[in-house]
Amino acid sequence: MAKDEAHRAIEAIFRIERARLVASLARMTRDVDRAEELAQEALLIALTEWPKSGVPDRPGAWLTAAAKRRLIDGVRHDAMRSRKQAEIGRELDEEQDMRVEAAEAALDDPLGDELLGLIFAACHPVISPEARAALTLRLVGGLTVEEIARAFLSNEATIAARITRAKKAIAKAGVAFEVPRGAELAARLGSVLEVVYLIFNEGYAATAGPSLVRPPLCAEAQRLARILAGLMPEQPEVLGLLALVEIQASRLTARAGPDGRFVPLTEQNRARWDQLLIRRGLNALNRAEALGGADGPYALQAALAACHARARSAEATDWRRIAALYDRLGQVMPSPVVELNRAVAHSMAFGPEAGLRLVDDIADAAMLRNYAPLPAARGDFLLRAGRRDEARAAFEAAAALTRNERERDFLLERAAACSE
Amino acid sequence: MRVMVFVKATEDSEKGLPPTEEMTEMFEAMGKFNEELVNAGVMVDGDGLKPSSAGKRIAFDGPGRTVIDGPFAETRELVAGYWVWEVKDMDEAVAWAKRCPNPMPGPSELEIRPFYEMEDFGDALTPELAEREQQLRDRLSGQ
Repeated sequence: MAKDEAHRAIEAIFRIERARLVASLARMTRDVDRAEELAQEALLIALTEWPKSGVPDRPGAWLTAAAKRRLIDGVRHDAMRSRKQAEIGRELDEEQDMRVEAAEAALDDPLGDELLGLIFAACHPVISPEARAALTLRLVGGLTVEEIARAFLSNEATIAARITRAKKAIAKAGVAFEVPRGAELAARLGSVLEVVYLIFNEGYAATAGPSLVRPPLCAEAQRLARILAGLMPEQPEVLGLLALVEIQASRLTARAGPDGRFVPLTEQNRARWDQLLIRRGLNALNRAEALGGADGPYALQAALAACHARARSAEATDWRRIAALYDRLGQVMPSPVVELNRAVAHSMAFGPEAGLRLVDDIADAAMLRNYAPLPAARGDFLLRAGRRDEARAAFEAAAALTRNERERDFLLERAAACSE
Repeated sequence: MRVMVFVKATEDSEKGLPPTEEMTEMFEAMGKFNEELVNAGVMVDGDGLKPSSAGKRIAFDGPGRTVIDGPFAETRELVAGYWVWEVKDMDEAVAWAKRCPNPMPGPSELEIRPFYEMEDFGDALTPELAEREQQLRDRLSGQ
């Protein structure tokens, strides 16, 4: 029993250190698989050593040193086989000492540059966004392939293959495990933020399956956003994204009714919103705006979420401000989906006809052809305009398009209500 | 999972904040630890509390309400500060707590308590019960 407990304690420490450890090893080996193997070997060494010697003062530095010794042993073993022997070993030893020192210094480095480097590599644009998400959850979140597969309602083989392909793509492109600088930073940062938001949304608005939300994915995305904000506190869009996910997550429990059915924002019980997360979100948004980032796409979306968070009741929602924010968002991030939301905001601020006019402008966009929220919004505008028959048809069309069972129930209910 | 970590009070913390060199060192170490928590995405919230001499208690007995002024006697049961952490499990919370610099000049204690989550109610929370619970919350919030 005591041994079990000791092992669990060591494994918990390892989980805390794992991402930084893999980051540091990947930077050395430029090989993610090898870095993961070495990290695992370091864990095994710790599991035999620490119960005897006690947990070292700086477990992260200890694990890094152990992993690097294994790496050197491996290199030396290969070298012996190719008969180049001792000299190389000695040189490597010296080099290793220096590297271990550097690694230890890095582990004390509050900038956490190595971890950021790993995040930027895992989210490199040479990889597809889905594969980036899986790789980031594996390397940075420390999730197992099985956990990732469960989270994405996929199977292990698919996720494992996705991760393998991603690692190969990184190796092939010679991606450095470093934080990019200058103009490249801005471009690559977008790719990182996209991944975090993709993970969040997959949890928040489960696109398929029986349950409406998958909180573990949201929690992972929040953790990633918090890590990024901790390591890059001067980047307004990082803070914008953090604000967005914190405020959205504050509504997680209120989004699903007791029977698991979807509860729309305006009907949610606001007493169930997590005020701690709202406060964190509003703080992050304030910092983003203070850094001059008010017009960033994530900061604008966070500002929208904040309008709802600040309203004590649905009736108190400042729809005119929301409509104005959507006008702005439509300019900095033009997309049919934004236009659809803009139509909803205008319908709330200026009446259903305003919404209908805007939604009819985008009805033909290819991206929205099979997009359930479009007919759902039209149905809502039509119903509010008193055109019940057209509204019912729109809700039924939306129900036929959605892949989420809970959402379908909700839409069919709304369709039925049009005949009452 | 979300946990609250309580920093239990000591006789020193109950005395207030004498600005000693030792305290400055502790604050520095604590600042570094907090930074580590933030960079790991673990820290959600946290703060220190003034001594119980600045606090009040409201005692309930049937319809009666009695206000009791601090300070309160049972120092070891008092709280001097708290964090809210988001961790994967209790083992991880313990591992982080062990890294915390001693928050007090002498012997002291941290206490980790997980928040209730919906899953904790499991099958005991039937849809009907959950519905009633929500109605109750709705009424409480006046909606």
